[in-house]
Amino acid sequence: MLDAQTRATARPSGTEAPPIVAFEGVTKRYPGIIANDSIDMEFRAGEVHVLLGENGAGKSTLVSMLSGLQQPDGGRILIDGVERPIGSPSEALEIGISTVFQHSMLVPSLTLVENATLGRKWWQKPDRAGTAEAMKAAAERIGVNLDPMAVTGDLSLGERQQAEITRALMRGARFLILDEATAMLTPNDAARLGELMRRLAAEGMAVVFITHKLNEAVAYGDRISVLRLGKKVGGLAPDALKTLDPQEATNEVVRLMFGTRDASGAEEAHPDSTTVDRAAKPTLELLAVYAEAGRVPLQNIEFKVWPGEILGIAGIDGNGQKQLAETISGQAPVSDGRIVLDGAYIDRMTIGQRREKGVRYVTDDRLGEGTVGTFPMSINLLLKEIGQAPYWRGGLEQPEAIRENARRKVTDFDIRTPSIDTPVGKLSGGNIQKVLLARELAGSSRVVIFEKPTYGLDLANIAATQMRIREAAKSGAAVILISTELDELLALSHRIAVMDQGRIAGIVENEDGARHTIGALMSGAAK
Amino acid sequence: MTLFTDTFLIALIAGIAAAGVPLLLAGLGEQLSEKAGVLNVGIEGMMLGGAYLGFYIAWATESTGLGFLGGILGGMLVASLMVLFCVRMGLNQIVIGIALTLGAEGATALLHHVQFSRLYPRLSDVATWRIPGLADIPIIGPALFDREPVVYLAVALVPILVYVYRRTHLGLAVQAAGDKPAALDSAGQSVLAIRSFAVLGCGAMVGLGGAFMSIVGAGVFVPFMTHGNGFIGIVLAMLARGRPLWVLFGAVLFGACLSAATALQVAGVDIPTDVVQMLPFVAVMLVLLIAGRNAKLPAALGAAYVRGER
Repeated sequence: MLDAQTRATARPSGTEAPPIVAFEGVTKRYPGIIANDSIDMEFRAGEVHVLLGENGAGKSTLVSMLSGLQQPDGGRILIDGVERPIGSPSEALEIGISTVFQHSMLVPSLTLVENATLGRKWWQKPDRAGTAEAMKAAAERIGVNLDPMAVTGDLSLGERQQAEITRALMRGARFLILDEATAMLTPNDAARLGELMRRLAAEGMAVVFITHKLNEAVAYGDRISVLRLGKKVGGLAPDALKTLDPQEATNEVVRLMFGTRDASGAEEAHPDSTTVDRAAKPTLELLAVYAEAGRVPLQNIEFKVWPGEILGIAGIDGNGQKQLAETISGQAPVSDGRIVLDGAYIDRMTIGQRREKGVRYVTDDRLGEGTVGTFPMSINLLLKEIGQAPYWRGGLEQPEAIRENARRKVTDFDIRTPSIDTPVGKLSGGNIQKVLLARELAGSSRVVIFEKPTYGLDLANIAATQMRIREAAKSGAAVILISTELDELLALSHRIAVMDQGRIAGIVENEDGARHTIGALMSGAAK
Repeated sequence: MTLFTDTFLIALIAGIAAAGVPLLLAGLGEQLSEKAGVLNVGIEGMMLGGAYLGFYIAWATESTGLGFLGGILGGMLVASLMVLFCVRMGLNQIVIGIALTLGAEGATALLHHVQFSRLYPRLSDVATWRIPGLADIPIIGPALFDREPVVYLAVALVPILVYVYRRTHLGLAVQAAGDKPAALDSAGQSVLAIRSFAVLGCGAMVGLGGAFMSIVGAGVFVPFMTHGNGFIGIVLAMLARGRPLWVLFGAVLFGACLSAATALQVAGVDIPTDVVQMLPFVAVMLVLLIAGRNAKLPAALGAAYVRGER
C-alpha cells in the first residue's frame, strides 16, 4: 500500500499528484436542514487535514460521506482526480479510505485479531496466527505496542483506537479518517495519538482529523478547514500554517470558528452593566465546587451572580458547560464545595426542592430531557408540576385548569401550534423552545440557566429567545447563559466566564476588547 | 427400590433423548439467531410450522426422510417472514415474534382441521440406526445408540456449530452482527445478509425439531403440540451465553425433567399428574433464578440495524 503511495507521489508528471479525495460543491440535505452546503475540499497524501467546527457544523455528515455511509445530494467527489462516488463502506475500503470513529468500531467480545479478520469471505478460516503477526508488524512500523490476542472489551479506548488504526493499515488504507478521535481520550493518550498522526503522514498517508480542540488542530495539522453551520468558512493552508506561530494560528482559527462581524475590532454594543448592583448580596454563589461524576469533571468552580445579571459561559463545546448546568439544577451531584442561593445552601437539595427555591434550567436537549414528545403541549407545559394544585386535585387531573394555563402560555409566549393538544414532538424546534421557556420562566424564578438556548433556531426564534433571556434578568433573576456563540454572549451578558476542561479559565467584564480576551482564554493561551 | 428396573431406566433415558432433541434444536437455533442480534420470539411458531409440514409430507409421501426435509422447510417458511419483517423492514422483533407464534398456531390447526377433520392419522415407526458396539452397552445402549438418525444429527450439530462459531469467518461475522453491527458494516459485509442467514438457519433447526416431535415423538400431528418447547429453547439459548455445548447440557437437563414427568406417571407414582407436569417449568424458573442474572446477551440484540444511525 505504501509502495503504491510512493509511486503516486513520484509520478513523473510536471504537476503534483491529484488529491486522493477532492470534494467539489458537495451538498447534503436532511429534512429541514442543509448539513453540508456546497463544500469544496481537498485531501492530499502526506498531509494531516484537520476539520474544525462546533457540534452541528456538519463535520459528521462530511465524514459519513467520505466513508460511504451517506451519499451527497449534489456536487462531485473525485478520487485520485477521477470522478467516482463512494457508494458504500466497502467501496470506501477498496479506495483505501478507513475511518476510526469516536465510538470504537471493534466488536468488544472478539479479540483484536478476530476483529482484524472481520469482513473476509465467510467460508475462509480465520488465520489467527498469521494475522496476529501481520498486525504486530504493522503496529511496530507505526510505533504502536499492542497484543493482538487481547479481547477488545478489556482494552482502554486509546488502545482500541491504536488497534483500529493498525487494522486500517493492514487493510491497505492510504486515507485515514479520525472522527473526534481524541474526544474521549485522556490527555496522554490524545498526545500519543497526535504523534501517531504525524508518523502516518510522514509515511505518505492522508489523515483527516476531526476535532473541536484548537490546540490539537494547530499542533498536529498540516492544513485546517473550519466548518460552520454546514458551510466551509475558511481554513489555513499548509504554507500559512507553517509561517504562523501557534498563537497566531489559533487566533486566526478562533476568528473563523466564532466569526467576527467587525474584524477591525470596532466598538460593539454591550449590555449596560450599571444596572447590576454588585454591592448587593449575590443571588447565586458557587464556592469551590467540584463535580467528579460527569464525563468532564468540574474542578474548583467559583463565581457569583447578582440579581438582574446575565453571566455568560463561553467555551468550546464539551468543556463541562452541561455538567455545570446540571450541577446547579441538581441533576448531577456535587462532590465537594457548596452552592449558595439567597444565602442558603442548596447543594444537598433534590431537583424538586431547588426548583421550589427558584432554580430553573432551560436545557438544550429539548426533546430528550426537556419534553415528552408524545404528550400534548398542554401537559408538557406542566411537566414539572404534575400532581400540584390547581392542575391536579386529589390526584385527579383538572382538564379545564390545564387547558386554561396552556391557552394563556400560548398567547404570552407566542407559541405557534395547531392546538394545545398537539403532541409537542410535532412542533418545530423554535416552538418547542418556546414551550420550554414558558414552563421554566413561569412562577418566581431566582436563577435561570439557559443552555445553548438558540441552538438550531431560525433568526426570528433566536430574537424571541434572546428577548426572554433579557426579560428574565430584568425581572431580577440571576441568569446563567451557556452558549457557544460568542456573538450571542457578547450581546447579552454582563460578564462572561470561559470554561476550559471543567475549569473556569477566567471571568471577563463585557467591555471593549472582551472578544479578544475571551478568544485567548478559550484557546488555552492565557494559562 | 422396585421403581428402578432396567426397563424403567431405559425408558427414562430414551425419554430424555426424545424430549431433549427438540429442545436442543430449538436452543441451538435460537442461539444462532440471538448471536446475530435477532431475538427470535417466533421460534414456537417456526417449530409448529416444522411439526405440521414435516408430519404432512411424511404422511403424504410415506417417507420420514422427506418428512424431516419438510420440517426444515416449514420452519424456514415461518422464519422467512421474520426475515422480511424484522431484518429487512426493521419492525419490532418481539411483536412480530409473538404474532408469528400465534399465527402459526392458528394456521397449522386450521390446515390440519381442513385436511384431516377430526382424524389423527398415525405414522408408522421411524427406522433407527443401530450403532454397532455402543448399542450393546446395557441400558444406555438401547436407550441412546439405537435411535433415529435425526437424534445423531442434532447432537452432531453441537460440535459443528462450535467449529463454525470459533473457527470460521462466518462465525465471527455472526457474532459481530449481534454485538456491533456497525463494525461489520464498516468492514464491508452486509449485516442484513448475515442476520437473514442466521434467522433462516434458526428456522431450519427449529423446524427440524418440530418435525422430530410430530414424526418421531408423537407419530401424529396435534394442534399446539409443541406446547412451550420453543420458549424453553429461548431460555436455553439465553443461559448458554453463546456456547452450543451449554445448550446441550441444558437440553439434557430439561429433557430429563420432561422425561421424568412421563416416566413417573407411567410408573404409577402417587403424585397428582399436574404436579408432575409442572416439573420442567419449575426447573426453568429455578435455573433462571440461579443463573439468569449473569446471562450475557449480545449488545445489539433486538435492535434493527439501519446504516448510519447511532
